[in-house]
Amino acid sequence: MSAGSIDLSSYRDQHFKGSRAEQERSLRESTTLYVGNLSFYTTEEQIHELFSRCGEVRRIVMGLDKYKKTPCGFCFVEYYTRPEAENAMRYVNGTRLDDRLIRVDWDAGFIEGRQYGRGKTGGQVRDEYRTDYDAGRGGYVTLMAFSKNIVHKEDACHRRC
Amino acid sequence: MMNRRRQHDGDDDGYEHRNRKRRRVSENQEIEDRLESLILRVGERSTSSVESNLEGLVSVLEADLGTFRLKILRILSECAVKMPEKCTIYTTLVGLLNAKNYKFGGEFVDHMVKTFKESLKLCRWDAARYSLRFLADLVNCHVISATSLLQLLDTMIDVSNEDTVPQVRRDWYVFAVLSTLPWVGRDLYEKKESSLESLLLRIEVYLNKRSKKHHNALRVWSVDAPHPQEEYLDCLWAQIRKLRQDNWAEKHIPRPYLAFDSILCEALQHNLPQIVPPAHHESYEYPMPSVVYRMFDYTDCPDGPNLPGAHSIERFLIEEHLHHIIEMHHLERKDCAAQLLDFPYKSKIPLEYCIVEVIFAELFHMPTPRYIDIVYGSILIELCKLHPATLPQVLAQATEILFMRIDSMNTSCFDRFVNWFSYHLSNFKFTWSWEEWDSCLLLDTEHPRPKFIQEVLQKCLRLSYHQRITEMMPETYAKLLPVPSQPNYKYASEEAGSLTGTQVAHQLVVAIRQKCSPEEVINILKELPNSGENSDQEMSDSSFNPLKIDVFVQTLLNLGSKSFSHSFAAVSKFHLVFKALAESEEAQICILHNVFELWQNHQQMMVVIIDKLLKIQIVDCSAVATWIFSKEMTGEFTKMYLWEILHLTIKKMNKHVIKLSNELNDAKEKFAKADSSSSDSEDEAAPKRKKPVTVVDKPTEEMVERMEEKLEAANVDQKRLFLIVFQRFIMILSEHLVRSDTDGRDPDTDWYRWTVGRLQQVFLMHHEQVQKYSGTLETLLFTSDLDSHILEVFHQFVALRA
Repeated sequence: MSAGSIDLSSYRDQHFKGSRAEQERSLRESTTLYVGNLSFYTTEEQIHELFSRCGEVRRIVMGLDKYKKTPCGFCFVEYYTRPEAENAMRYVNGTRLDDRLIRVDWDAGFIEGRQYGRGKTGGQVRDEYRTDYDAGRGGYVTLMAFSKNIVHKEDACHRRC
Repeated sequence: MMNRRRQHDGDDDGYEHRNRKRRRVSENQEIEDRLESLILRVGERSTSSVESNLEGLVSVLEADLGTFRLKILRILSECAVKMPEKCTIYTTLVGLLNAKNYKFGGEFVDHMVKTFKESLKLCRWDAARYSLRFLADLVNCHVISATSLLQLLDTMIDVSNEDTVPQVRRDWYVFAVLSTLPWVGRDLYEKKESSLESLLLRIEVYLNKRSKKHHNALRVWSVDAPHPQEEYLDCLWAQIRKLRQDNWAEKHIPRPYLAFDSILCEALQHNLPQIVPPAHHESYEYPMPSVVYRMFDYTDCPDGPNLPGAHSIERFLIEEHLHHIIEMHHLERKDCAAQLLDFPYKSKIPLEYCIVEVIFAELFHMPTPRYIDIVYGSILIELCKLHPATLPQVLAQATEILFMRIDSMNTSCFDRFVNWFSYHLSNFKFTWSWEEWDSCLLLDTEHPRPKFIQEVLQKCLRLSYHQRITEMMPETYAKLLPVPSQPNYKYASEEAGSLTGTQVAHQLVVAIRQKCSPEEVINILKELPNSGENSDQEMSDSSFNPLKIDVFVQTLLNLGSKSFSHSFAAVSKFHLVFKALAESEEAQICILHNVFELWQNHQQMMVVIIDKLLKIQIVDCSAVATWIFSKEMTGEFTKMYLWEILHLTIKKMNKHVIKLSNELNDAKEKFAKADSSSSDSEDEAAPKRKKPVTVVDKPTEEMVERMEEKLEAANVDQKRLFLIVFQRFIMILSEHLVRSDTDGRDPDTDWYRWTVGRLQQVFLMHHEQVQKYSGTLETLLFTSDLDSHILEVFHQFVALRA
């Protein structure tokens, strides 16, 4: 039986305060979504327009580079109700925003601090393993960042896309 | 076996016995599951033919008809209702079982009749129709006599003579009967031709006298060329008449029972019991009428299988089947697209055209689509991914057709078309052959064609950015391009020197940047004189100071102009100031007007800010409605975003009323339960109770009363909102008609059409809530002295549930 579009993905936030079971319960009840693979230039306005087509958006929190405080390619979208969030999982995940295929996944809920990238250079972890050139996400990963993180490849399975 | 069961130790007696019982039960469960699986899958595509699969299944089931009778009955009736497109496979199965076991056949008929009657009582209209169809097809399998079926159909047509019931009830019963005829028409024609003819005559009489006032409200296009928007019953009737003309020779439906004719015709038939449709009850809601959406005919499709004609029964069957696939799979868009493209009869029809037509039929369905718009948009994208060489072309052709006919498209559909097209473009790099449409540039910008492009560009702007939109359009389209969405802050502009509020505005900027409190803001604003614009000061609130509002609102929102979050944070932080300034409706309208002055070039910002102001109750719904119809907004009146604002306002009010109503019902239920359970708390029946009703859960009578009052107040507000909206519409439309008459001009201008369209949109988009006030609207506003065009819109709306 193939995965349903509203099923939980395999990603679990390593920084979640609580047990795995608690995290999964939060994910199953959540009305907050993580949105990834955004361009650094994608705006809150664009996100709002697209996600409003699934329901009433309660708020959007842009993901920011920890040091530069500029968008670093992800965000949280929160709805008022679960069914509206499910609509986004069913109909927006895997479609395009700002010409990029975006990923939508369940999130346990926004807490202050979670809007910052967890990579060593301030952005998302995934950007520090990237080998391709991605104009919307800063081009090439800086060599320094890349080499710094090559040792931690085994953490790769836990990074979000 | 028997011996083994008897041998048990004295000590393990109970345990062993329970174990064996459990094993027996789980064995039974396994067999039931297996039976269910076999039955459900008998119709699936396999290496062997359906006929041989059926034969095999019958021999398996035969043995289990004794032990698993009930389970089998239930599975079969579920198949009838949930897989209507496999109707003939399961009727054949029942037919073969009936030939082997007459008693079982009779039990199944009874069971199916029960299913049918229950569906009618529970208003499960599709389930009822599919049950009826199944019963009808059982005639083809010699399970039910043609005579008794005709009796049932006649009884159903009797409903068409009931006169104090809603027309939609009569309509449904006629529709249900008509939609069984493709299956059983031929058999009835062969065996009971004259009874069939009488039945059809009765139907014809009904169809000729029923009212079709609702028709125009449901049309997608107001003009019938090139494809008429037929009323659904009229269309089906035409299709049945054509089928009759062809002597009921129907070739689309697969009929496995034909292969088993020699077996089946030996079987004894059953007679249906007397079935009386449940009488109408006030709580019954019948399906609304609809229009058959057509956008293609065979000339649109390239060489290949022909698109069945509009009045062919095949068209009806194919469309019904495709709509059902969407219903079954709409929650998983990839599956939905795959299932649509895997349509069982895909080699016989131009499948992609049929699919695209059916999807747009749902998207443009009036009054509202079955699912939210994005469902259809995303399924279309999946379809394009699965058939990238062909489907995008069909879709482009469809878009072209829609654009060409946009002059006569109703406003609700126009909006959906704009939203769909901009969304679709955003998934395909905004690539489109705009030059091919440039003849529209010669038309007045209020004409639907250039307007469509303007609105699409505005929506594309929201999904991208200004430079992108400018670059994607040919230069000829310059006048339709949206302006850059920048705030228009007059207190930092060239004219700032001559404005009264500039100094205070600048003070405010400094203070806010230094993180001052709301109280300090109020103090700074005190320095502004009251502009004294209102001559009737005694009528308005003394604290209403337009200049204060002007300086505060525009300055604050300009400071928050960086993003939505910045603006929302600003509004929240200074909520107190807003509240202090917005005490009257006039003041609230002033706030809205100042939001507009600042943000008129950023339609999306307008929408989200006003939404926020409503949410935190700085402005009332009625203020927003009044503001939309105000003189200041005349220039914006035909722009989509303004109506986006009106509809979100109405929706907020509706949501509020619905929420209070549900809460009240819940509370009433809990109250009633608590009352009854307190009397029988002594009987200790179930050891496990799901949720113990604690003292806290039970609402007091006082609480319920308070909830009733709250709901009552909300209903008053809602009614008032609708009255304001409709009254304003009537005023401006009447004004326009009178002026046109005086000036000797044709009133049928673009503006007039847009405005009537917007009026209609309010009725249709919110029909469930508006219905509550139909009486009041008729008495107070939509009176007979009104111009007939305005009155028509109201009457068509009322006809939807008549």
